[in-house]
Amino acid sequence: MNQQTPNSFRTGPDERGRFGLFGGRFVAETLMPLILDLEAAYEQAKTDPAFHAEIAHLHTHYVGRPSPLYLAERLTEHLGGAKVYFKRDELNHTGAHKINNVLGQILLARRMGKKRIIAETGAGQHGVATATACAKYGLECVVYMGAVDVERQKPNVFRMKMLGATVVPVQSGARTLKDAMNEALRDWVTNVENTFYCIGTAAGPHPYPAMVRDFQSIIGKEAKEQVMAAEGRLPDSIIACIGGGSNAIGLFHPFLDDKSVAIYGVEAAGHGLNVDNGHAASLAGGKPGVLHGNRTYLLMDDDGQILEGHSISAGLDYPGIGPEHAWLRDVGRVTYLSATDKEALAAFQLCSQLEGIIPALEPAHALAKVMELAPKLPKDHVMVMNMCGRGDKDIFAVAEYLGGM
Amino acid sequence: MTTRIDRRFAALAAENRAALVTYLMAGDPDPATSLEVFHAMAKAGADVLEIGMAFTDPMADGPSIQAAGLRALQAGMTLKKTLALVADFRKTDDDTPIVLMGYYNPIYVMGVDKFLAAAQEAGVDGLIVVDLPPEEDDELCLPALKAGLNFIRLATPTTDDRRLPSVLNNTSGFVYYVSLTGITGAAIADYGKVGAAVARIKGHTALPVAVGFGVKTADNARQIAAQADGVVVGTALVDALKKSLDADNKATSGTVEAVAALVRELASGVSAGRKVAAE
Repeated sequence: MNQQTPNSFRTGPDERGRFGLFGGRFVAETLMPLILDLEAAYEQAKTDPAFHAEIAHLHTHYVGRPSPLYLAERLTEHLGGAKVYFKRDELNHTGAHKINNVLGQILLARRMGKKRIIAETGAGQHGVATATACAKYGLECVVYMGAVDVERQKPNVFRMKMLGATVVPVQSGARTLKDAMNEALRDWVTNVENTFYCIGTAAGPHPYPAMVRDFQSIIGKEAKEQVMAAEGRLPDSIIACIGGGSNAIGLFHPFLDDKSVAIYGVEAAGHGLNVDNGHAASLAGGKPGVLHGNRTYLLMDDDGQILEGHSISAGLDYPGIGPEHAWLRDVGRVTYLSATDKEALAAFQLCSQLEGIIPALEPAHALAKVMELAPKLPKDHVMVMNMCGRGDKDIFAVAEYLGGM
Repeated sequence: MTTRIDRRFAALAAENRAALVTYLMAGDPDPATSLEVFHAMAKAGADVLEIGMAFTDPMADGPSIQAAGLRALQAGMTLKKTLALVADFRKTDDDTPIVLMGYYNPIYVMGVDKFLAAAQEAGVDGLIVVDLPPEEDDELCLPALKAGLNFIRLATPTTDDRRLPSVLNNTSGFVYYVSLTGITGAAIADYGKVGAAVARIKGHTALPVAVGFGVKTADNARQIAAQADGVVVGTALVDALKKSLDADNKATSGTVEAVAALVRELASGVSAGRKVAAE
């Protein structure tokens, strides 16, 4: 692209919530005052040491942070190239990176005096994390989940209910994550007075993309310290899967200005990028558009109607992507790849068998590209992959795909 | 520069009557029926036609209008076809103001300049784009105003006095006051609060104020018409149209009349509003 390389990749967004062309605040007037209030509350919290201390305390005692940086020795040996580390965010309380963001937002909701929390969820990990934090703080919790996802992520539906949340199966559209987000926005427009919308990914209207990124950046900050301790230097590459892209931006952001570090994001290629409406890779197969409060790359037809896409992973099955990723792609700082359902399934099995770690289907997509990249790289190449979720929730769905094991 | 909208509101004010502003989705249930329905609505007493531009993800709409959008999309509706429908309508009706209402993405994908040129060519007078708040005015609002189209903004109960000036700043045609926080088709408004809200907005603008969300019957319309310059009805009309369809969501011989009958009823309510207020 013909854009000038900025001095820093870490200064965004601007005061309008833009990362270059992307981001912004494309919401109905009813929500606009709420978003401005949220922005003011977040700006205030950001500069308050007590807010950071509270988060740090929860990280240590409730989430179990720092999550380990683990050298995947047998996988490294098997691939015969780069030295592969996993950032073990699947060991967090609730089994994924989602809790990092949720605790930040719930603390903010408490500061703002909001008593009712709503969330959308795809794979159910964000819903579980939100239900967990709401249980801990005694807040009402309503989670919108596409009816298709309710079906394919049953264990997480049970968990949310056990935690006291109301799970609303969404029957509109393709009945997946996009539709859950529409329904959550409709709830928010209706219940503006008492409700806080806890968005699960680094997307939506400003300030969500920046705020969620900031809460998830703990992943990259820890990884940087840990790899320095283990290797005495920065990694050569880092890699993460991308649906909306919150785990990825959390890992990437602290490394964006470290020019020696190659950064890879992995989208879901579903049945294959060449299959019409058969994938969820919005950077590879989409174009800029406006949905859910922000401008970003979207899967859509020539009339601007949003496509439903497909991925085996409910967490990646979304036709858009966080606006900062859209910008990072256009300025060329991050290389975005994609992995098919099949590749992710193969990685899921390999990781389980070689490392004794059953990954979620989401990071299995990143792992699929590790399996492709690592063998071609020298043995002193240090690669860090974000193992952003555990696969317990996926075992039944995977068993079905593999024809019953 | 005056548009058909400006002229229509001025004429109605002279008659001491509020405007009946009616909404239906373009292409619901198919483009040909839709054209007939819009003509029938104008004849039945609709003063301003709001025509929905179908979108897959209408975040501010309730189930009725969501379903209307899907019916239109299934009938092959696109933004281009919506503009063509307006052009067809204009062949025999050059007076009734037309406002296109919808979401930004299809417009953005067509290209703002191309869309504005096509909308003007077709005979569109104004735009309501739900997901473009004043903070994003340079996207479409300012170019639309420059092109001579009205850009009609929604003001809501959450739009406080601090925010009203910026909401009204680049608004033209009329102000659409959404009488409750929520999605389209939600419960009925609190009539006691409508008059005060309209007065609050009028304290900041000389534009006519139309009130919508929750208006379903002639009696609702009458009560709103007594307190505002216009009454917006959407979901009730969409529901009347839907009820007239067959099991496969195809138009029946009763479809056009089902909508026209409700428009006549609402129009009589709107007319009665001011008489009551004057008494």
